[in-house]
Amino acid sequence: MDLQIALMLVQDGIVNGAIYALMALALVLVFSVTRVIFIPQGEFVAYAALAMAALQSGKLPPLLWMLLGMAAMCLVVEAVRQARGLEVDWKSTLFWAVALPALAALMLLVVKPQAMWLQVVAVLLLVTPMGPLVYRLAFRPLAHATVLILLIVSVALHLAMVGLGLFFFGAEGSRTEAFSEARWDVGGLTITGQSVVILGVTALLVVAMYFFFERTIVGKALRATAINRVGARLMGIPTALSGDLSFALAALIGAVSGLLIAPVTTIYYDTGFLIGLKGFVAAIVGGLSSYPLALAGALLVGQLESFSSFWASAFKEVIVFTLIIPVLWWRSLHTHHVEDEE
Amino acid sequence: MKPQVLVIGFVALLAAVWGFLPPFTVTLLCYIGLYSLVAVGLVMLTGVGGMTSFGQAAFVGLGAYATAWICTAPEAAEWLSFLPKGLYPWVGLVLGLVVTALIAWGLGAVTLRLSGHYLPLGTIAWGLSLYYIFGNLQALGGFTGISSLPPLEIFGISLASPRMLGIVIWAVLLLAIWALHNLLDSREGRAIRALKTGRLMAESMGVDTANQRIKLFVLAALLAAVSGWLYAHLQRFVNPTPFNLNIGIEYLFMAVVGGSGHLWGAVLGATLITLLKEQLQDWLPRLLGTSGNFETVVFGLLMLLVLQRASTGLWPLLAGFAQRVFKLQPPARALAAAGGASLDQRQLPPAGEQILKADQVTKRFAGLVANNAVDMDVRAGEVHALIGPNGAGKSTFFNMISGVDDPTEGQVRLMGQVMQGKPSRAFAALGLGRTFQHVRLLGERSVLDNVALGAHRRGHKGWIASMLRADRAEEAAVLAEAMRQIERCGLADVAHTPAASLPLGQQRIVEIARALAGQPAVLLLDEPAAGLRHLEKQSLAKLLMQLRAEGLAILVVEHDMEFVMNLADRITVLEFGTVIAHGTPAEVQANPRVIAAYLGGDLA
Repeated sequence: MDLQIALMLVQDGIVNGAIYALMALALVLVFSVTRVIFIPQGEFVAYAALAMAALQSGKLPPLLWMLLGMAAMCLVVEAVRQARGLEVDWKSTLFWAVALPALAALMLLVVKPQAMWLQVVAVLLLVTPMGPLVYRLAFRPLAHATVLILLIVSVALHLAMVGLGLFFFGAEGSRTEAFSEARWDVGGLTITGQSVVILGVTALLVVAMYFFFERTIVGKALRATAINRVGARLMGIPTALSGDLSFALAALIGAVSGLLIAPVTTIYYDTGFLIGLKGFVAAIVGGLSSYPLALAGALLVGQLESFSSFWASAFKEVIVFTLIIPVLWWRSLHTHHVEDEE
Repeated sequence: MKPQVLVIGFVALLAAVWGFLPPFTVTLLCYIGLYSLVAVGLVMLTGVGGMTSFGQAAFVGLGAYATAWICTAPEAAEWLSFLPKGLYPWVGLVLGLVVTALIAWGLGAVTLRLSGHYLPLGTIAWGLSLYYIFGNLQALGGFTGISSLPPLEIFGISLASPRMLGIVIWAVLLLAIWALHNLLDSREGRAIRALKTGRLMAESMGVDTANQRIKLFVLAALLAAVSGWLYAHLQRFVNPTPFNLNIGIEYLFMAVVGGSGHLWGAVLGATLITLLKEQLQDWLPRLLGTSGNFETVVFGLLMLLVLQRASTGLWPLLAGFAQRVFKLQPPARALAAAGGASLDQRQLPPAGEQILKADQVTKRFAGLVANNAVDMDVRAGEVHALIGPNGAGKSTFFNMISGVDDPTEGQVRLMGQVMQGKPSRAFAALGLGRTFQHVRLLGERSVLDNVALGAHRRGHKGWIASMLRADRAEEAAVLAEAMRQIERCGLADVAHTPAASLPLGQQRIVEIARALAGQPAVLLLDEPAAGLRHLEKQSLAKLLMQLRAEGLAILVVEHDMEFVMNLADRITVLEFGTVIAHGTPAEVQANPRVIAAYLGGDLA
């Protein structure tokens, strides 16, 4: 291996690492706020990428029917809750289950966007409301279950969502057009405009999330819920709101990641799972609770993957996933007393 | 009618019709048996032990690939040339079990000390990795796999046909269920069940929870490996596909749908899922117009529904139905100490000897000083009360003298030993028994079962002895001891009722009985009188006085002043983490700082 190849691998690793970093952020966010280990996070990536590909080839993404179906189910569930005398927050329900899906339908069925940025907006409108809808349909009824049960539900959901992805998008993979065709030659190393876009958007999202959590009242409410769920509820922060919001953010981040990665790699209906899991490896480096450590972990995963694809490409996945063993071992060295679980 | 009769009837029926079933049904039953074997391990892990694994399919793969490699690889044949060919599968079985045990132990060792969700996450990574390793190792045939495995042979009889091998499969499954059933109905079984309710309680009863969890995980993995071994010789062909992560998830699904708390739930779940998959693969593609693994959508949504609506699975429904139809009776339990087995006895120290001593104990949480140089000791044959207003640091202190947490500075000594860094079970081993402020009982288990857990350390029969029922004499002694403590605490009427159905006050007494079953030298009681009615308080006080007379050292943390003042020999008062008074009840009651702390106001 010469320096040029090494630099190319590093560059590759940074670009992929950025995507894993986004995954890791979303996973840490959802876990700390709702205790859900959200395995299907990667499915949003694949959904967004494949929906974009469908739009670019002039087809209607069939995902719209899934979104409308979920929205209808959510409305039915809320109506039943109302009928049983439970308190239903209709404002947020109408926002997630009516307004946003209606906008998505309007974009896809009436506007039929041709400009790339409009297509991006359409895909984000299509995927983002799926987060809170999934939360309401799958996880909210189990809000008091153990982390373990929530994890099993999460895996079940993953199974269903991958299957639905296969049904809606078929088994063929797709790539989308790059956001930037620019290329620069820096000392023999080619830097593509797309990789600059990926890094730029990732950095922007990370900074935006930082400001959201540090400076806005809603962000602070989410943080409070992450630190102490009961305490936050007593302070008047509804658990359901934090669930809706964190899942919406997770879906949004997933969709953005999908749009970013789709011009670089071919995405299949089940590719998202592996991308999401690599985000998990990164998140576990941070103990599922630290954002900066998760970001560092994501860069590590990206580099590890890129160099192992050079040296032992067949075992690339094995090497990346086995990384969690030394990480967990290291973490377990630092626990003396038994942790008591809820 | 006893439940055993139903089981024997089921087995007899299966045996009677086995020879006449059509070949297709026999093959299906073989697969159901194989899947049940994996699922039953998951029931032990998930429903009983409160852990889970998505990687069981990978362990099945290890079992299958081990024997496939031994039976077909030229290198293996070279090394094993001294053995007759017919024995190769057995070498394969041993290899598969050894490799599986090593890997499962390693995975368990790195994840099981951490909180519960790291193990399943680890198994996802492991399940994926092994699939890629199988697929990419040319020595194992890559993604095409290994074909032309020999059939199993036992005593020269070839088990090539599913009808013959199926007998072995179901015999292994039924034996496994029998052994696991025995294990659950034993001293070790109680410890395993306690894992789910919270490890802190189990550790305080002297259970090494990390060790129990690793053993349970290895056991489930071994069951999967055996299933894989049988699978390889049934199919006579292996490739990576059936050992994929998705199949691992399906195994878990079988356990959850069937009823993850019940061994037979695994068989029910495996049967339902296998039949359902058969049907779905048939008509889903026709319905949807394309082919693909769409049954995963149905499975995923079904699993969701089961977890939301019937989290205990379908077996309890079936069992309830059988109960009504066949009028089943719960098995009676032997309570007499038969066979002369005796439990470990502890020599109580003479009255007045210092048992537990806290020396300048300080605990800081970042900037907050929760305990500031606290000194206190508890002596044999006395009741020492620790009181103080809310937030005085009593619970923090309690945690440090019971091994839940370590002091930042200072020392805790138990029976003269320095306890810094030692876990709760080391405290239990030295004779510390405790109760919890928030009651920690296995709610679904009987009072007797709960109290018997307290005697865990006093027995010694392990997993193997329990599985083979070689522990009956000791178990009877444990139950007899538990019953003695139950009677002593006045709970004899409710000994066989589920603990959760008792009022809270009585549950606290169950915790005391559980602590007593461990024959402690020192008893730590965290608000024992909370929730008790007046008469119950009186009988609790009487019990504690009796225990004091027997030479026990007792520390009570309590808010009920009347209870404390009438009972305690000495009292220590905490306020803002600092000891503000110490002495007899009369001295403490007269102390102006105590009065100020409780009533407010200045010390003027």
